[in-house]
Amino acid sequence: MTYTVEAVGLRRSFGGTAVLRGLDLAVRRGEVFALLGPNGAGKTTAVRILATLLRPDGGTARVAGHDVVARPRQVRAAISLTGQYAAVDELLTGRENLAMMARLRRLDRRAARERAADLLERFDLADAADRRVAAYSGGMRRRLDLAASLVVRPEVLFLDEPTTGLDPRSRAGVWAAVADLARSGVTVLLTTQYLEEADRLADRIAVLHGGAIAAEGTASELKDRAGAGTVELFLPDRAALDGAAAALDGLPDARRLCLRVPGDGSARHVREVLDLLDRRGVPVDRLELRRPTLDEVFLSLTGPGVRGAA
Amino acid sequence: MLRDSLTFIGRGLRHSARSVDALLVAVILPVVILLLFVFVFGGAIAVGVQYVDYVVPGIILLCAGYGAAGTAVGVNADMTKGVIDRFRSLPIAGSSVLVGHVAASVARNVVSTSLVLGVALLIGFRPTGGPLAWLAAVGVLLLFMGGVSWLAACFGLLARTPEAAGAFSFVVMFLPYLSSAFVPTDTMPAALRGLAEHQPVTPVIETLRGLMMSGPVGGSGVAAVLWCTSFTVVGVAGTAVLFRRRTTP
Repeated sequence: MTYTVEAVGLRRSFGGTAVLRGLDLAVRRGEVFALLGPNGAGKTTAVRILATLLRPDGGTARVAGHDVVARPRQVRAAISLTGQYAAVDELLTGRENLAMMARLRRLDRRAARERAADLLERFDLADAADRRVAAYSGGMRRRLDLAASLVVRPEVLFLDEPTTGLDPRSRAGVWAAVADLARSGVTVLLTTQYLEEADRLADRIAVLHGGAIAAEGTASELKDRAGAGTVELFLPDRAALDGAAAALDGLPDARRLCLRVPGDGSARHVREVLDLLDRRGVPVDRLELRRPTLDEVFLSLTGPGVRGAA
Repeated sequence: MLRDSLTFIGRGLRHSARSVDALLVAVILPVVILLLFVFVFGGAIAVGVQYVDYVVPGIILLCAGYGAAGTAVGVNADMTKGVIDRFRSLPIAGSSVLVGHVAASVARNVVSTSLVLGVALLIGFRPTGGPLAWLAAVGVLLLFMGGVSWLAACFGLLARTPEAAGAFSFVVMFLPYLSSAFVPTDTMPAALRGLAEHQPVTPVIETLRGLMMSGPVGGSGVAAVLWCTSFTVVGVAGTAVLFRRRTTP
């Protein structure tokens, strides 16, 4: 009921290659949800199915309460899509692009003009409003593309890799725009291959791997899954390392004379580790507590050997 | 549907107005061919009347066909450059994009054809048809432009790249050479004559010539209208099928 985007078991193949193998998604109303995955993970395919541009081979999806296959028109009335390639008309000016989109969204001529002017202002394109889009930089195009998705306020906004190929400054601009939108209560489903982007923008993140969700949660939940507080024990010599490795369930690193013991980061866990080594008479030089980065989470979830559903 | 089509026609007209180079080519190419045939080859071609009066209807048709064929490139660019995804994710009929292309193509070609006609008048084309005949000629031309534009839209949907889609212009531009546009078909070898007399461009040219020069139109008129109508019917049906196939894989 509270989910604006709901997908169950979505499957899709292209020429015998399975791209989605049972994708499940549930995005709550008003949240920013990131679909995170490497190139070829199926992010764009998932978005195209949810935006009614592609039919799934199997599974069902509902967006804004409507089935994407049975009632595409109702879905389209509720969504906006900003695809991976800026889908703007290069021969038209920025203003004309927005006015055209507004007309296609059933605004009258006057309202379309006003809306276009508002959006140009808001997306920092007012100076370039009457130049042809062909002369726009990549960042300007992306901002225009995003503005074109907002001529009417959509219930759900799909953003497919909104910042891929942008320089850091333009990326920050797009991020600010998305954060603004999120504050205004639009549900946003964005795909990205950048962890930093997911971490910064999204309320919840799903890691897409091998055509299905490998893990899902807030950024900090995902980090917890990979061990919230790994204790790194540094030992004086090889014998101590072997002794510690025999006593504890950890990952030895002989080169650094270090044993990595996954834990929950609590003082109690650290004390237990040290007490145990003390009883066994294993000397410890020093220790470090490390929280895994999202990169480590991502690598551990999508690394070789890890496949399929969580 | 109608409102969206109008929006897309507006888009197409803006495109045309901004592709001045394309419009120039669509005017200059037929004009160069016209000058070439009238002043270089024309003196050696005996057709019973002033050669300029004979050849201009063919040149006008060549201009209209070449320009209309350009629709293929515009349609293909929309399909390959991603903008179609945005239109398709809107609650509108996707086909209104195509209606916009075709209507804008006809408007564009009215302009280029008028310019070519103007040049023809400057170099001595003296049509004798009355106002009604001219009206009929304009009607046939519009029908031809519409039909070729729809076929071009089909080709644009079939082609993989805008460059490939551009090839349609050359097919259409070549057809008048194998017709009665430049020389009467009875001077051609029998096999070629059969082809020239039964390809669609010949009856259209004969009709235009008859109407503009107040000559007989006869069966050509019916054939011309039938050909142009079939282009439109086949083009519209073809684009409907191809558009669906290309956009719902």
